[in-house]
Amino acid sequence: MRAIWHSRSFAVAAVVVVLVVVWYIGGLLLNLQPQLDTYHRNGTMVPALPQLAADLWSQAKPILPAPHQVLAEVWNTTVRQDLSSKRSLLLQAGVTLASTALGFFIGTLLGLLLAIFIVHNEAANRSLMPWIIASQTIPILAIAPMLVVGFSAAGLSGVLPKALISTYLCFFPVVVGMVKGFRSPDQMQLDLMRTYNASRWTVFWKLRWPASAPFLFTSMKVGVAIALIGALVAELTYTQNGGLGVRLLTSSYNGQTVTIWAVLIIAAAVAAALVVAVGLVERITLRAMGAQPA
Amino acid sequence: MTVVSAKTLGLTFHTNDGDVVALSDVSLDIEKGEFVSFIGPSGCGKTTFLRTIADLEQPTSGTLTINGMTPSEARQKRAYGYVFQAPALFPWRTIEKNVALPLEIMGYPDADKRARIARTMELVNLTGFERKYPWQLSGGMQQRASIARALSFDADLLLMDEPFGALDEIVRDHLNSELLKLWARTQKTIAFVTHSIPEAVYLSTKIIVMSPRPGRVTDIITSTLPSERPLDIRESPEFLEIARRVREGLRAGHSYEETA
Repeated sequence: MRAIWHSRSFAVAAVVVVLVVVWYIGGLLLNLQPQLDTYHRNGTMVPALPQLAADLWSQAKPILPAPHQVLAEVWNTTVRQDLSSKRSLLLQAGVTLASTALGFFIGTLLGLLLAIFIVHNEAANRSLMPWIIASQTIPILAIAPMLVVGFSAAGLSGVLPKALISTYLCFFPVVVGMVKGFRSPDQMQLDLMRTYNASRWTVFWKLRWPASAPFLFTSMKVGVAIALIGALVAELTYTQNGGLGVRLLTSSYNGQTVTIWAVLIIAAAVAAALVVAVGLVERITLRAMGAQPA
Repeated sequence: MTVVSAKTLGLTFHTNDGDVVALSDVSLDIEKGEFVSFIGPSGCGKTTFLRTIADLEQPTSGTLTINGMTPSEARQKRAYGYVFQAPALFPWRTIEKNVALPLEIMGYPDADKRARIARTMELVNLTGFERKYPWQLSGGMQQRASIARALSFDADLLLMDEPFGALDEIVRDHLNSELLKLWARTQKTIAFVTHSIPEAVYLSTKIIVMSPRPGRVTDIITSTLPSERPLDIRESPEFLEIARRVREGLRAGHSYEETA
């Protein structure tokens, strides 16, 4: 029998406990000075440690909110909030998710098409790749507002301008991964297809495409997570329809640190759920393709 | 009838280290129904010659015809089946789907496809393993599946490049006798590359001895062994005599000398 401390859930739980402890301690240290200022202003004595800790962990606008404050905020803005209310982070997460999903879909498609083009055309191979890499060296925070404004000016509206920022980010891992994936068949397999006088199209569908499946899912896992980042960043500029990014922006204007953290937690949970979902599709697909169980 | 005919065939690879003469002045014929082995140390051009027949390499001088056609025409007419050093099965396809691969590409109708799969799977003794994936089979079985794949579209010429080189000797002995039976049943013409003298002598009706630097033919030996060959024929004086001649051919080509 396996000892409990060798199990994966135990390892995860241990890390979580350590993080929470560090977080609480961080709350004590970071929030101390403003709390002392408050006591001073009110002319009250600095209380003993239990009361001081309780005060430090329950400020309205702390520098670092305590975990229970963040969890309470998450609870209040999701479960206890009506879905139709603008204050519902579930509603806002839904807005962000919609643009993430659309951007991810377009980005994956674009990445696939570019990879197919690059693998089959030597000129494209030499000329496109540097530009694709250059596109990712530009800070997204700098270019996203300009692109979003540009897209809007070009008549795009609704979810599309935001989705295209997600596309801008997530096509990249798909191109890089799939160029490698389409080139993963070895020389012997390619020679085999040549002995059958197979066309390039046949070689693609019967060999390159199935051979690249593991690469596709790895790329998509990276892609879906950064697609969400793209949507959040786009929402900092394109605020009309709301979304988690807009909540992030308004909370930071108002110094609502607890809400900022709640939004971050929810964004992280959405990203994790997306990656897990891609992983699930991966497992089902690769099993159907006869992959050897690990 | 001559299936493969090479006349003063040469092939030089241009590499960064200078030219490498892989084949020099190779002239030989392979007749219909023959089992011809190519033997020699690595670098003697035996695999290169096989790949040239298959139009996977282009000769730089001389002429080569397959059934009277150029190698390129012969490849486009799917005149041969090729068995590589490794099985090269597609891991995402079951064994029967792997065998079906050339049939799919060549557009055989479904009923015909099923019949051909069943027949070739039976030929290589893999009936019952149709739905297995390659990783579920041993190395020997995988290589048998790749032979089935090469046989499925019924090309008259079978090109085999050290197909059993990666297998242990016991499996190899077994597959050698299986291959002889298969050859007798199908009446194919087989060109077989090997670096094992017993394997070449046991299988062949004709043995081409080759030597390196430059790759060339040093001897062509016609086997005197009967067509019926039990495994213990390898202890007969006749067998040992042919093996001795092969070794002599290799020695004449300086194949046993150490090179830097």
